[in-house]
Amino acid sequence: MAARPTFPAGLALDAHKQQACGTPIIELSLPPQVTLALDQGSGYSAEPVVTVGDSVAMGTLVARADHPFASALHSPLAGNVVAIESREAAVEGGRNVCIVIENDGSGRIDDRVRPVATALSLSPEELVHRLRDAGIAGLGGAGFPTATKLNSARASGAQTLVLNGAECEPWICCDDAVMRSAADDVVRGALLLQRAAGAGRCLIAIEDDKPAAIAAVAGAIERQRDAAQRDDALTLAVISAVYPQGAERQLITAVAGIEVPSGSLPAAAGVICQNVATAVAVARWAAYGEPILSRVVTVTGSGVEHPCNVRAPIGTPLSALIAAAGGYRSTPLRLIAGGSMTGRALPSDDVGLTKAMNCVLVATPDDVGSRLGAVEMPCIRCGDCANVCPAGLLPQQLHRAALADAHDAMHELGMRDCIDCGLCDYVCPSQIPLAARFRDARRRLNAAEATAQKAAHARERHELRTRRLQEAATAEQQAFESVRNRARQPDDDPAGGNR
Amino acid sequence: MRFDTSPAPHVIAGYTVPRVMFQVLFALVPAGIAHVALFGPGLLLQLSVASVTALLAEAAALRWRGRDAAPALRDGSVLVTAFLLAFSIPPLLPWWLGALGTALAVLLGKHVFGGLGQNPFNPAMVGYAILLVSFPAEMTRWPMPLDVDGTHTWPELARMSFAGFYGADLTARWDGYTGATALDAIRNGLGMRYTLPELLGRGDIAGTFGARGFAWINLAALAGGLYLMTRRIVRWHIPLAVLGGLLVPSFIAHGLDSGIALGPTMQAFSGATMLSAFFIATDPVSAATSDRGRLWYGAGIGLIAWIIRTWGGYPDGFAFAVLLMNLAVPFIDRYTVPRIYGRRP
Repeated sequence: MAARPTFPAGLALDAHKQQACGTPIIELSLPPQVTLALDQGSGYSAEPVVTVGDSVAMGTLVARADHPFASALHSPLAGNVVAIESREAAVEGGRNVCIVIENDGSGRIDDRVRPVATALSLSPEELVHRLRDAGIAGLGGAGFPTATKLNSARASGAQTLVLNGAECEPWICCDDAVMRSAADDVVRGALLLQRAAGAGRCLIAIEDDKPAAIAAVAGAIERQRDAAQRDDALTLAVISAVYPQGAERQLITAVAGIEVPSGSLPAAAGVICQNVATAVAVARWAAYGEPILSRVVTVTGSGVEHPCNVRAPIGTPLSALIAAAGGYRSTPLRLIAGGSMTGRALPSDDVGLTKAMNCVLVATPDDVGSRLGAVEMPCIRCGDCANVCPAGLLPQQLHRAALADAHDAMHELGMRDCIDCGLCDYVCPSQIPLAARFRDARRRLNAAEATAQKAAHARERHELRTRRLQEAATAEQQAFESVRNRARQPDDDPAGGNR
Repeated sequence: MRFDTSPAPHVIAGYTVPRVMFQVLFALVPAGIAHVALFGPGLLLQLSVASVTALLAEAAALRWRGRDAAPALRDGSVLVTAFLLAFSIPPLLPWWLGALGTALAVLLGKHVFGGLGQNPFNPAMVGYAILLVSFPAEMTRWPMPLDVDGTHTWPELARMSFAGFYGADLTARWDGYTGATALDAIRNGLGMRYTLPELLGRGDIAGTFGARGFAWINLAALAGGLYLMTRRIVRWHIPLAVLGGLLVPSFIAHGLDSGIALGPTMQAFSGATMLSAFFIATDPVSAATSDRGRLWYGAGIGLIAWIIRTWGGYPDGFAFAVLLMNLAVPFIDRYTVPRIYGRRP
């Protein structure tokens, strides 16, 4: 199958995928303890519904998703809640409140974990609701709750579901492994997601450097033609391998030819994106009633003995994942949650696996050495950054605006349109840490906006208060006047002269 | 186990500014060989004095500015300035003029604006323009290229180059071997009401293609420029636009009146055309930012150079064309911001 043309710009990078992809997925047994961060990667925390000392079974709800951007959390093992406290976690900021559960070895399963025999005949609303309760969230790296996305698709009548199997970032290959080993689940999940979203068609996008996954998914589509309501409901879209094609907007442009308007959600352009692993999680939920209790994660890098893909319970300490990959090797320098381009370097391996974590990259100086000796030089405006930017930005101009902290210029030049892919940084001959500068700048923009909003609220409150006080004063004045007038009236009354 | 944390991306491609700069120097080698073969070793003398002066001026400027000089001296950018200036000036120029031009290029062209990456003008062209307006006679006296006639030899060119370099009076002994460049001769000839075919038929102006002598240097510079394009150090927008801006009007004018207007081949292969299109106008620091902006920028340089060559007071117009378009860069940038993904045009 010929690869389709892709979105403009981007770059083909060294994939480093063969290391972990050669062997079948390792099923990790239940660890003695799991650490469940309330924020599973989306940046929003769930609300705990258990307390220390509670006994929970496998699949028991332990934290409820009150915020639409948080996802419900379930215990992946049977045991006791031993702590609910702030701990180091693989989330933005590095710390999060975590629910720590100790395995009691009983293997009890919660009563509510039951196969959903009739999943495909549930109403779309009910389906979305149940997926939300099952804590289904984007397993591609963002951890965004699937139900919230499906709702936005329904609200705007999106007709296209793009299933993201691009997996463009170097080192990561868990989606590849999932597609090869569970292609039928990918397609089953896709059909359910399509129904829940109310989308007429579904495009499964895979980059052409994964021929085995393409063949597996193509076969699964063929096998499930009958389940699809229309012949063209499910299509395989093979795209050439370019980073950052797996980024939501870039992928939508590559496979559907649609550009998502700046500042709005893809659903507004009639498309939503879901990860292939998320589709598998949906299929597992339908088959076993299983909320998200585990995920497949790539454990790789020159710093582990045997790079591999592991299916591990959510909350498993990363040290256990690394042990499953044969343990540390040589001198690991950096522990990265994610790939080499956008992954977050973690200070410690004593944090729990999250739903959003698709890769644990144990990098040695060999893997990340190019960055180590980098000496920042002045920008020579060569424009290499602009040539690779998938968002069509001018990073060299943005950098000037960011250094000057010029907010208007940053807005105009599209600081918020930056998708943080890191390519500008990657190609910069002056080795300027552009991506990090831009993240800082966006934080400052957000902070300034929050301050401005607070100030606006304060002003509004002040104005309302002033008006209220004024009204009260006026009312008092009027009351006084009317009383005085009434008191005076006899005086003024020409007839009332007999004092 | 604890680990080092630093922000993503964790890898970079490993391109560096010195790599860019030394590739540019390397790409000048063919043009340099042609230059030395046709005009004698004067270029090498000019290159040495310009390089030494440039490094000294850069070090001094950084010292005055309280910066660390070592990385800047190693990045090669100041050598590119020196080389471009040395290629632009006549090989017979007294050494102190080359040194003066280079020092002015580095100090007034670069460091008064804040050094690498901050200069609005092409530093080499700043130095060249100051020399040209201050020493017009010296700056337009070139040796006759070797392929003009058999009256002089390369050793004689060498002796003349050294004499000129040390500041000897060239009129006494070498007058017959020096002269105006082809473009200068054509401009003077047209001023004296000769027709173009007459001038080109004279034998000392036109070669088998383009201007005698300079045609080969231009061809070699074109080869070096194409090499830079294959190495992705120079992209096609500026060179193509410069050549388009120069050649399209000359093609039209030549079609209208071939008696006075130089044709595109002659324009392309004379003076500093290829050096300017591929090496000088492409200096990214002083060029426009976006691809579309670079097309306008390059086309403006080509057009202004054509205007100066056709009607101006100087035989070649690229230095002024580049400086004028440097001035226009903020304006061009303002109106050629590329469309951001997901935004309306």
